[in-house]
Amino acid sequence: MPKFYFEDFSPGWTAEYGPRRVTREEMIGFAAQYDPQPMHLDEEAARKTMLGGLGASGWHTCAILMKMIADNLLLDAASMGAPGIDEVKWLKPVRPGDELTVRGSVLSARASQSKPDRGFVSFLWEIHNGSGERVMTLICPQMLLRRHAGVA
Amino acid sequence: MRYFDDINVGDRMPLGTHTFTADDIKMFAAQYDPQAFHMDEAAAAKSHFGALCASGWHTIAVWMRLRVQYGQREDAERAARGEVIAKLGPSPGFRDLKWLKPVYAGDTIAYASEIAEKRASKSRPGWGLVFARNTGTNQKGELVMSFTGSGFVERRPGAA
Repeated sequence: MPKFYFEDFSPGWTAEYGPRRVTREEMIGFAAQYDPQPMHLDEEAARKTMLGGLGASGWHTCAILMKMIADNLLLDAASMGAPGIDEVKWLKPVRPGDELTVRGSVLSARASQSKPDRGFVSFLWEIHNGSGERVMTLICPQMLLRRHAGVA
Repeated sequence: MRYFDDINVGDRMPLGTHTFTADDIKMFAAQYDPQAFHMDEAAAAKSHFGALCASGWHTIAVWMRLRVQYGQREDAERAARGEVIAKLGPSPGFRDLKWLKPVYAGDTIAYASEIAEKRASKSRPGWGLVFARNTGTNQKGELVMSFTGSGFVERRPGAA
């Protein structure tokens, strides 16, 4: 049985996960498979790009965030997935060896008008590196079952 | 890559197709999105999705690969014609990502990218920012995902 339902999230809710170390090997492995640009693959080539050195694919950082949210929250929640992502900002490069910390907060929560068994929670997720710099932010509506689904 | 100055709003790039297998879906999910409806056929059948479907991050990661490969083919053709290849910078982010329909095992998704907006960068002289509307459409013609991405593209020397 899930521990967390729609009703458990409202503005004021916060969480912190990590740190999660990102290795050079996994950065290059993800890039080779999904984002094979020199700035994500090769230190020498990356130095000549705007990143000024090897940086993780932003999609890899998103995927790492997804895994941390899944392991720490969603697998214990009545999650129905997310219908999308409102906005992602890639603010600073994620470098090999960075220790990423994730902070979550709730921006708003609303019950579905059309489907009484569920609601939407808008989360802000912020990722900081080991130096305390904010490297990425993500805002997304998460769909969750209500605790007494159908009894609305 | 073309220079920022040679890119036009409305330019459309067909990026190619990808067929999602159950094994691929589960492998990506195990690494990055281990929710039951992406990991296990029986659990997915009982979920609101009704069957095993890909993580939304998986469907978008495949878009990225096809976009990079499209650029590489374009650059090779440009180089063969003796043209200069403009530099492509990183992306500051994206917005309005919608996962509109599940991508089920066996689905074939056709991806495309269309230039939506461009503007010279204020903070980085010599660079412009290009915004594109990116889409994935399944074999039934249904739009399964769309988002507006962005990226830095080098300006033609002397144009800025």
